[in-house]
Amino acid sequence: MLKFILKRLLIIVPMALLVVTLTWGLIRIAPGNFYSTERQLPPAIEANIKKKYGLDQPWYIQYGKMMGNILRLDFGDSLKYQGQSVNEIIKRHFPYSATIGILAYLLALIVGLFAGIVAALKQNSFFDYFSMALAMLGLSVPNFVIGPILVLFFSLGLYWLPPARWGGPLYLIMPVITLSAIYMAYIARLTRAGMLEVMRSDYIRTARAKGLSETTVLLKHGLRGGIIPVVSFTGPALASLLAGTVVVEKVFAIPGLGNIFIQSVLNRDEPLILGIVAFLSILIMIFNLAVDISYGFLDPRIRYE
Amino acid sequence: MNEETKSTGNQPETVMTGTSLWKDAWKRLLKNKLSVFGLVVMSIITFAVVFGPMIIKATTGLTPDYIPADGNLIQSFPPSWQHWMGTDEAGRDLLSRVLQGGRISLMVGIISTFVSLIVGVSYGAIAGYMGGRIDNVMMRIVDIIYAIPYILIVIVLLSVFGGQNTPDWIESLAGIFGGGAGRSQIFLLFFSLGLVSWLTMARVVRGQILSLKNQEFVLAARATGVSTPKIIFKHLVPNALGPVIVYATLTIPSVMLTEAFLSFLGIGVQAPFASWGSLAADGIKNIAIFPWQLIFPGVTMALTLFSLNFLGDGLRDALDPQTRKF
Repeated sequence: MLKFILKRLLIIVPMALLVVTLTWGLIRIAPGNFYSTERQLPPAIEANIKKKYGLDQPWYIQYGKMMGNILRLDFGDSLKYQGQSVNEIIKRHFPYSATIGILAYLLALIVGLFAGIVAALKQNSFFDYFSMALAMLGLSVPNFVIGPILVLFFSLGLYWLPPARWGGPLYLIMPVITLSAIYMAYIARLTRAGMLEVMRSDYIRTARAKGLSETTVLLKHGLRGGIIPVVSFTGPALASLLAGTVVVEKVFAIPGLGNIFIQSVLNRDEPLILGIVAFLSILIMIFNLAVDISYGFLDPRIRYE
Repeated sequence: MNEETKSTGNQPETVMTGTSLWKDAWKRLLKNKLSVFGLVVMSIITFAVVFGPMIIKATTGLTPDYIPADGNLIQSFPPSWQHWMGTDEAGRDLLSRVLQGGRISLMVGIISTFVSLIVGVSYGAIAGYMGGRIDNVMMRIVDIIYAIPYILIVIVLLSVFGGQNTPDWIESLAGIFGGGAGRSQIFLLFFSLGLVSWLTMARVVRGQILSLKNQEFVLAARATGVSTPKIIFKHLVPNALGPVIVYATLTIPSVMLTEAFLSFLGIGVQAPFASWGSLAADGIKNIAIFPWQLIFPGVTMALTLFSLNFLGDGLRDALDPQTRKF
């Protein structure tokens, strides 16, 4: 087990470097530069800029320097936000995205698991059909439609909730609901399918035969196996949660990391792009590892070499 | 091609049940009311998207980018008899714009799924049939790509190559589809969305091939001297078609959702083209005053995804032997 974790932790480093290299390559292959978004510069000034940022050196030296920086986890200064280091920018803006993301996933877990379990236990009941239809709706309505419609009703119609920006807990309600809708739907469907399969399995019959109460059978034996699909969904979900937060941050004007990332890419702010890509890749890979480890606790039949 | 798959693909099934797998599945699909609903809605939407702009042009003379000459008409009007979905700020008919955008959205969804189909099916089939070390290496590569947060790379790819920064070689590749401003961006979308969605397909196909490759009909084919590529693509792949179709149907909505999300952020489909995502992005700016500008493209898109998801679900129930047990 320990060996497995160590192996996976070690593999994160080359993987993150691979992702960064890919991103760096893409930025470099594309024509244009971070200063070319502004007006045409005289050649002398352009040469000076190139010299200042080391762009006049051969590509392998630039690449080596960049890799060195990343290995030291120091991404340098942003090109667009003068005088601010990439690390500072990430530290300042990431908490917004993380708060919305975590709360949204928690909400999705609570509602999704509950709906999925009840739907599976009362298969073909009204609740089953109703919640599964609702889940399908959640899967199909893009979050950039859900968000504005919520704003239209609760802020501009009823004046209950603030429409945008960052403030107290009231400001969090709509962004979190918007972001969690699709995950709620996925989790409800996965839980229902997983529970239906598990409740038919032999070990559940054994548990019932031993005379355990229905609640124990359900919560101690059924749930553990039934939520494995949900756990494996968590890995890809975290990656797409990132994409979701970008939209939610745009709709609700929240100063999170997603917005900064999109801006940095449009500005060709290379150190900032690479810094955010490296940071998020490592984060996602660590979460994926955590997901893989938790399988072992949920299903004792899964073993690691 | 379809006739052929039917005859080569389902010999064992046909012998045992006397009715073909596809006919059986079709019957089961028609019994599922929600899937029939999805099928009908998708047919209507496809028809409207393909022929709608032409019909509107023929009856009212409006095109997606027709800006009225009368200055008083250059503003956003709510839905009316003349403009069923209202107009946008430039006075353009929203219905024709939504239908035009639907063409792009559906096209991106279908072509990217097609790319993922070709790459994923070949990759998975080869890995599954070859087995051993080749299989190991090929699937390990898939595992590694899986761990990459592709959305970050897609965003970088689309925005650094987009707009005026498109290199000539992409421009010339996009020329296959007619070329011109904005086309290379759509080409990039096909490419990058297809690139990231073949992974699961490869896994699904590999699993199917693994369970098929030791059956007698493969042995018979090998004994009669059929070449390996022929065994893979003429004997094995047609037999794995059920799950492939199911998964492809479910890939279309997810790709469309990603496209909409990218266009919403302003890095997907770009002017002069529009898609449902970019129309919604335009609409959100004026949500308080002109809500129809967001609601119509958004709801049309939601309805399409809704139907595609129902259709995919129904197909899975009808074709997937795993769920057929229940």
